[in-house]
Amino acid sequence: MPHPMPQFGSFALLLALCLSAYTFLAGAFALVAMQRGLQLRVSAERLAETARRAGLGSFIAVLCAAIALIWAAFTNDFSVEYIREHSNIALHPAYKFSALWSGQEGSLLLWSFLTTGYAFVLRLRHRTDVRLFAYASVILAAIQIFFLALLNFAAEPFSLTRGVIPADGNGLNPLLQYPEMVIHPPMLYLGYVGFSVPFAFALGALMMKYPGEKWIRITRRWTLVTWLFLTVGISLGMHWAYAVLGWGGYWGWDPVENASFLPWLTATAFLHSVMMQEKRGMMKKWNVWLIFLTFMLTILGTLLTRSGIVSSVHAFAQSSIGDWFTTFLCIIFAVCLFTFFKQSAHLKSEHKLEAVVSRESSFLFNNLVLLVACFTVLFGTLFPVLSEYVQGSKVTMGAPFFNRVAVPIGLFLLLLTGVGPLLAWRATSLRSIRRNFVLPCAAILGSAAILMLSGLHPWSASSEDLEGQLYALVCFSIGAGVFTAILAEFLRGAHVVATQTGKNLVASGWTLMMRNNRRYGGYLVHFGIVVLFAGLAGAAFNQSKELEMGFGDSLTIGNYKLVCLSYTQDSNANYDTDFALLDVYRGNKKLTQMTPEKRFYTASQTSSTIVAIHSTVLRDLYVIFLGRNPETNRPIIKVFLNPLVSWIWAGVAIVFAGTVLALLPGLRPMLSNKAASVMPDRELQTVSGD
Amino acid sequence: MRALLKNRVLQMVLLFTVALVTIGAGDTTDKFSSIGHKMVCVCGCGQILLECNHVGCPDSDRMIGELRNKVAGGGSDTSIFNWFVAKYGPTVLAAPIRGGFDNAAWIVPVVVFILAIVGTAFLIRRWKGRHMLAVPGGAPSMPFAGSDAVRDRIRRETEY
Repeated sequence: MPHPMPQFGSFALLLALCLSAYTFLAGAFALVAMQRGLQLRVSAERLAETARRAGLGSFIAVLCAAIALIWAAFTNDFSVEYIREHSNIALHPAYKFSALWSGQEGSLLLWSFLTTGYAFVLRLRHRTDVRLFAYASVILAAIQIFFLALLNFAAEPFSLTRGVIPADGNGLNPLLQYPEMVIHPPMLYLGYVGFSVPFAFALGALMMKYPGEKWIRITRRWTLVTWLFLTVGISLGMHWAYAVLGWGGYWGWDPVENASFLPWLTATAFLHSVMMQEKRGMMKKWNVWLIFLTFMLTILGTLLTRSGIVSSVHAFAQSSIGDWFTTFLCIIFAVCLFTFFKQSAHLKSEHKLEAVVSRESSFLFNNLVLLVACFTVLFGTLFPVLSEYVQGSKVTMGAPFFNRVAVPIGLFLLLLTGVGPLLAWRATSLRSIRRNFVLPCAAILGSAAILMLSGLHPWSASSEDLEGQLYALVCFSIGAGVFTAILAEFLRGAHVVATQTGKNLVASGWTLMMRNNRRYGGYLVHFGIVVLFAGLAGAAFNQSKELEMGFGDSLTIGNYKLVCLSYTQDSNANYDTDFALLDVYRGNKKLTQMTPEKRFYTASQTSSTIVAIHSTVLRDLYVIFLGRNPETNRPIIKVFLNPLVSWIWAGVAIVFAGTVLALLPGLRPMLSNKAASVMPDRELQTVSGD
Repeated sequence: MRALLKNRVLQMVLLFTVALVTIGAGDTTDKFSSIGHKMVCVCGCGQILLECNHVGCPDSDRMIGELRNKVAGGGSDTSIFNWFVAKYGPTVLAAPIRGGFDNAAWIVPVVVFILAIVGTAFLIRRWKGRHMLAVPGGAPSMPFAGSDAVRDRIRRETEY
């Protein structure tokens, strides 16, 4: 007799769909009744409350479905087709858990789980603003219905294996059998799915003509947390690509990578421009469209990678769910457009721009550049489709295209990262500009001169290295300027606090940060971006060598010498492995031993490389076991020397810390009024005639 | 005297820059590497031809050999690209460089970028102009920044 768990999971999904439909219909009806003052047999408030409770129930139902699928994975229930395709008996338990999101159906279940999870938290916190939360809850219920309908009718995770149930499954894709794969997809999905919450609030606030900017304050944390998840998710994906795919890089401008990058760009633009609405009542229409766009891009990205519209090395196979996503995207766009035009009078700016040189203008430019970057990446991703339509043949849009087009935009953005915080709100005086910009400009020119004197001469590089080294020179120089700008701004404030309170500079800096954790959290994020860009620029100086290595053979790259000690084979229940043992020397000093591997997974009959990485602050030694020469049976080893890669991960960690600092609840009340009263009033001086 | 000194400094900066730019300049172009980095392996891995690292890859070794022969044969870059496109199709090129509609891939982002910059600058000037018109005498409507209420308002508006 088959185990009842798949039936239970299947029923839970159907129940979740019904509860979501009720939440949507009853909630919408209650809101209409409240708005028009309709008299119902049951009061509109009670009806809305039943809708809310049904929404809470939908999360429990999806949770049950997710547990049922994980249960099936852990009990090796290969009667479930999805488990048969993505798991096997010998698979490590952690990867059995991650089988939940390893395939199309499971990842859609994860999406539904997270959507209902976010909505669950929102519905629990409804007392913050009952009416606004009711609108947001109804909109989220509509999104839930879409994903649950997909799971019930188009991509069923509990569909049963046809014919004889096999004794073992096909196993998980070897590329996904890596510790980061257990957290990378959930992080990315938390980011993707999370944008549905600010989207729901924005659309709800617009529908109900919500007065003031309170909805933005309510959603600020949601948006920041979501942005943080997406940032971490993308970074983990980069690290996974670096450590697992074995090509020495971390970003290949693959459509799947681009799909995750697009909403990140618009969300970053939103996080900046939303400050203008919150503080100055400006750019309301722009902000509403930014958050609409961000949400639509998450859906578009999913459509692109799951419909087969664009080809990708790690996109899901072509399937019919692309039509579902297209329809959903059209509906969302139509609803947003209709609501916007109907309520646009509600979105008039309260203030006008007062000066060309101001923080507001810099935010406008920052938004513009981020959107141009977004357009460029989207255009590049879709160009093969466009080319096929116009010319009848597809083209490849690889790294050479994106690096040439997107990198200059990125460098311009990096420059704005330093310029923006130096400009005052409302207006910046000429004197203030002179005072604030001298040091950063000197840092840019000085660092460029030092780098060139140290031997960085892009013009003497080979033709394929010229562009990269030129960009690297510009990137390091601008980075130095931005870092100087941030540091000078911070020290200026800390110095004022130190003068007034008598504390030392470190304690004053801490007081300053705690007094306005949001501002200095933002500065920390900008600093993290500088570090990250420096790490990316390091790729211009990558070196690589490939050699067939027998016992005692050596390979020299940079200052490192690798000596082959041995090469052998091993096997376990899950895979056979072929690996080399290499001693690494720097000069005469032995640094470490590295064991690059090539594995052959028995269940899936596929092979995968296990890269050995020796990481230092300045460079990574990256070693790949490519395989054996069939004639000599000796291993072929490829070695990369990648400078500054660890700066990328350090940059992400700093961005993470900065965002967490900005997220902390207001710390100002904890500090003395005295400390707060002595803050530098650069802006105050500038608007009052400085 | 000061003008002369200023000119001298400017000339020295110019000289220094030219010297820096020309130090070490030389022709080290490696045609094989350059062309090999502008094509992708057709095995489906999507990697740059010279970076394709799949042992047993059915295509990269052969393609690299063909490229070596073509470069040794002394053909121009365009003729080599055309040969590969004729054999493997346009997807062998890592970026669209065949001219015609392919140019749109390069032009459109640049045009959009320029239009967006010009558009935003125009928008800012227009908004600024409207604001100045709304205020008699063209001065910003900023009251004297001495009162506590005004200081509070400014602090609130400018805290991050």
